[in-house]
Order: sequence, then structure tokens, then C-alpha cells
Amino acid sequence: MTSKDAAVKPAEPSRRDILYVATGAAAAGAVAGVAWPLIAQMNPDASTLALASTEVDLSAVPEGQIVTVKWRGKPVFVRHRTSAEIKAAEDVPLSELPDPEPDAKRVQKPQWLVVVGVCTHLGCIPTGKEGEFNGWFCPCHGSVYDLSGRIRSGPAPTNLEVPPYAFIADKKIKIG
Amino acid sequence: MEGHSQYTPKGGFARWLERRLPILSFMHDSFVAYPTPKNLNYMWVFGAILSFMLVAQIVTGVVLAMHYTPETTLAFDSVEKIMRDVNWGTVLRYAHANGASMFFLAVYIHIFRGMYYGSYKEPREVLWILGVIIFMLMMATGFLGYVLPWGQMSFWAATVITNLFSAIPVVGTSITTWLLGGYSVDNPTLNRFYALHYLVPFIIVAIVMLHVWALHVTGQNNPSGVEVKNVKRDTVPFTPYATLKDSVGIAAFLVVYTWLTFFVPNYLGHPDNYIEANPLVTPPHIVPEWYFLPFYAILRAIPNKLIGVIALFASILITAALPWLDTSKVKSAVYRPLFRKEFWVFLAVCIGLGYLGAQPAEGAYLWFARLFSTYYFLHFLVILPILGKIEKPEPVPESIEASIVRREASHV
Repeated sequence: MTSKDAAVKPAEPSRRDILYVATGAAAAGAVAGVAWPLIAQMNPDASTLALASTEVDLSAVPEGQIVTVKWRGKPVFVRHRTSAEIKAAEDVPLSELPDPEPDAKRVQKPQWLVVVGVCTHLGCIPTGKEGEFNGWFCPCHGSVYDLSGRIRSGPAPTNLEVPPYAFIADKKIKIG
Repeated sequence: MEGHSQYTPKGGFARWLERRLPILSFMHDSFVAYPTPKNLNYMWVFGAILSFMLVAQIVTGVVLAMHYTPETTLAFDSVEKIMRDVNWGTVLRYAHANGASMFFLAVYIHIFRGMYYGSYKEPREVLWILGVIIFMLMMATGFLGYVLPWGQMSFWAATVITNLFSAIPVVGTSITTWLLGGYSVDNPTLNRFYALHYLVPFIIVAIVMLHVWALHVTGQNNPSGVEVKNVKRDTVPFTPYATLKDSVGIAAFLVVYTWLTFFVPNYLGHPDNYIEANPLVTPPHIVPEWYFLPFYAILRAIPNKLIGVIALFASILITAALPWLDTSKVKSAVYRPLFRKEFWVFLAVCIGLGYLGAQPAEGAYLWFARLFSTYYFLHFLVILPILGKIEKPEPVPESIEASIVRREASHV
């Protein structure tokens, strides 16, 4: 381009510049619009979302037992704790815990402990009534959980997750 | 062919890569500097449209495969699940199903463009034959895909097409049994059809690469049918000229494609395919998808099983011999007064066969199908060889440049 061309070229954007930008913007919008469904189709579909809550009848769980139910494809441990177990869980000083949390904050009714049965390390399922505290022990990498599902030793960073749940009757809960 | 500009790597990384894998200069030579005849009309955008559709079908197909189950008791329901439960599943499935139709629409225009302008003639015979192979693979893919939803049309299409092979003397029944993996269309059939429906498109991608390679060796044909003599005077660089023209073509094509997908998604489908496959009941009126209708009409026109099947396959394979059946030295129909008329008659015959393929095989329909089928083969085997000998072509321009000058002059 010669200096003469530069002189006649308008300083502000020309009509052609605006057309270029508008076309480019429309094309970018179209690409995004096409990409959206292609990406969104991998999210859980309606039939998966329909399984997002599970009801559990607690009257079938005798004291001292753990039952495992499936919620969103994952195991949830429902533990009917004995009074000795409740006391042991409540008496632990918070200073001894890697992820300090009082037992009272992890239960709605002290005899019922409801936790997601997935080790917070790398996703294995811990074994019940095992390990130093008779809570859970993860066979994969040796994480030890107590009677409140709290991490006590091993590589797991946090306590077993407490899922959202509610008592819909005296002896019935709805998870999720 | 020599391009319009030379690629010079800019920046350290481009230079580093160029010495190890010259992909940047290859892309530049193929899609930027590549010389395209400057008289190309809009009939030449269908190659780009077809490339676009191949990618669109693979992308929508891969995401549908994430939700589809190739098992006879689950297949139909898994398609309904895609329609009802999967996020955007309705759009994805309709885009894929109508995408197949649009793919065939584009390929038919592309093929007839090649026939009108003599794009199959020396030195483009291999390019043309690769195209015929792609077309046949597309037909196979379209058929295999149509079976997957496991509706009544799916099931009976699979039954009828695999039974074509039973016409082969002696070993026919064994071949059909081998294709089906059983004595009738059943779970083994569905399973292998799914595997092949996923595989064949990638074979198409490979053949398309050969097709484009062959194209870039010989250069494109053009409406005048005259070869490029002077790159500077007869051609313009691929980018921006062909890239932008192709983009306009794709945009216009997308208007039709999206209209079908969003507004009349079942227009080209058959209601019977929303009834789950039933091996004990054939629907009263079975028809293939529209893009198979002309060949289906030829099959039904012949009252003999073996000859009908031979005619069906021959009607497709004969196009591969076109470079040798057409004896005219002049490529473009623009300068061939008789062939120009014959082309439109042939096109009308093909469309007529398509119409007849959708009608019941009885009465006058059947006689017209026989007439048109005969004409179809006469066109290739008799008319084209003779036409090239007896026709007196109009004067062909000396060069592409000259053809433009001549056209400009005639418009003044």
C-alpha cells in the first residue's frame, strides 16, 4: 500500500470492516450455538435426573447394623448407631481430627448416621466396622474413618460426605 | 499445479515445524495458493458442501452413538430415549437423519454437475472413479444407519437388501446367512450393522482424501471444459475466492438443512419406522429412503430376481465406466448441442425413476419403470458412445480467459 492510499483511507472503520466483523461475529455465534447441544448432550439426561432421589425405610435397619443403598449410582451408608457408638463419636476432641467437624453437625438424629460411601481419596468404597475406630476402613489406600464417618488417618483429605436428606416420616428418609 | 503464492514460514516455531513436517506449506499450497479456474460457477461449491456434510454426519453420529444401544430389545427404546430424555437429543437425531438426505442431495447435484461439464474425462478418470466409490460407500452407510432405529422400515429394509444377495446362484443363500449372522435379520445383524455404520464413514474420509488429492493433481474442471493454460490469467487463488464462494454455498445449503431439521424433521421419513420392528409382519407398502428410489425402481422393473439384482448393481457401477463410454473429445455440455439436450432428458429419466420407485409396482407405473430403466442403460451404453461420434460440437474457446471474454462480449 502506498502512502497515497493511506491518505485516502478513512480513519474510522469502513463499511467493509463492519461487514467483516459482523460476519465473523455471526459465524462465531453460530459455532457456539452448534457446540452447545453437542456438549450438553453429555450431561445427565432426564432419565438419570429422575433417579436423583432415593427413599429408605429405616425400620428395617436393626441397631448396630449398616445398610448400603444406592443414590445416583453411588453407595450411601445408613448406620443405626448404638448409644456406645454415639458417645464414642461425640467424645472425640476436634483437635484430633484432620477435618474437624462435631458429630452433632453430621447427623439429624444421633442414632442415624447417613454418609456417602465413597472414600474422599480416590473413590473406592470403604469397608464398614473396620479400622482402628471401628468406623470404616478403605482397602484401596488405607484411609481410616471413625464412627461419624470422619477421616482419622490415611491419605483421604476430608470426611465422608453427608448427602442432603430429610426425614419424611419418623422411620423414613429421602436422600437427595 | 503451481500455486499463486509461495509459503514462507513466519516465526521460529513455523520454521522449526516446516523442516520436520511441512504441513503448513502443504495446507497453504492446497487451500490458499491453490489455483482455481476463475470461471467456476455455483455448481462448483458442492465439493465443499459435501466435505461439510461428511463432518456434520460424523460429529452428530458420534454423539448419537453415546446414547444408542445396538441390541434388538433395547435399540428402538434407546432411540426414543434420545428423543425424549437426552439433552438436545431430538435436535441431534433429526440433524443426523436429515443430514443423510442433505448429503445425498448434495452428492447428486455434484455428480450431475460432473456429468454436464464432462468432469470425468481425461485426465480425471481416477478422480471420477474415486467419486463413484465414495458414492457407493455412502449408500452402504445410509442403508446401515437406517436399520439402527429398529423400526418396521429398518427391519424390512435390512431384510430386503440382504436378500438381494440370495439372488446369486448356488451360494446366494449362504452369503445372505453369512451377512445376517443367522437365518433372518436379528441381533447379530443389528450388532454388525452398527459396527459397520460407525466404520464406513471413516473409510469415506480416507477415500475423500484420495479424491481431493487426485483433484489437486489434475486441477479442477470448469464450465468451459478447457484446461488451465496460464495459471496467472486463467485462475485465481483458492483463498479468498473459492473459500468465500464455498462459504456462501454452505450457508445457503444450511438454510435448507436447518429448515428440514427444525420445521419438518419427519417430512422425508416414514411413519412406519416409529413402529418397533416386528419380524412377523411386513408393512403393506415398503419404500426405501428417497435417495435410493431410482435404483429401487430399476430393481422392481425387471420380472426376474437375478437379472433385477444385476440391473440394480449395474446401474450404479456403470457410472464408473463413463470416462470411456462418452466418446466426445469436448468436455463441457456448453459446446455440445445434442448432448446438452440429452443431459436434461437423462436427468428427467432419473427423476422419473425416483418417482416411480415410490409408487406401487403395478400397472402403468411398472411399464413406465421398464421404459425409463431401458432408457437409463441406453443413455450409457448406446447414446453417449454414438453421440460423441456424430455430434458436431460448437467451437471451444482457446482458454478459460477467452471463454470469459466471449461471454462478456455476448452480454453487451
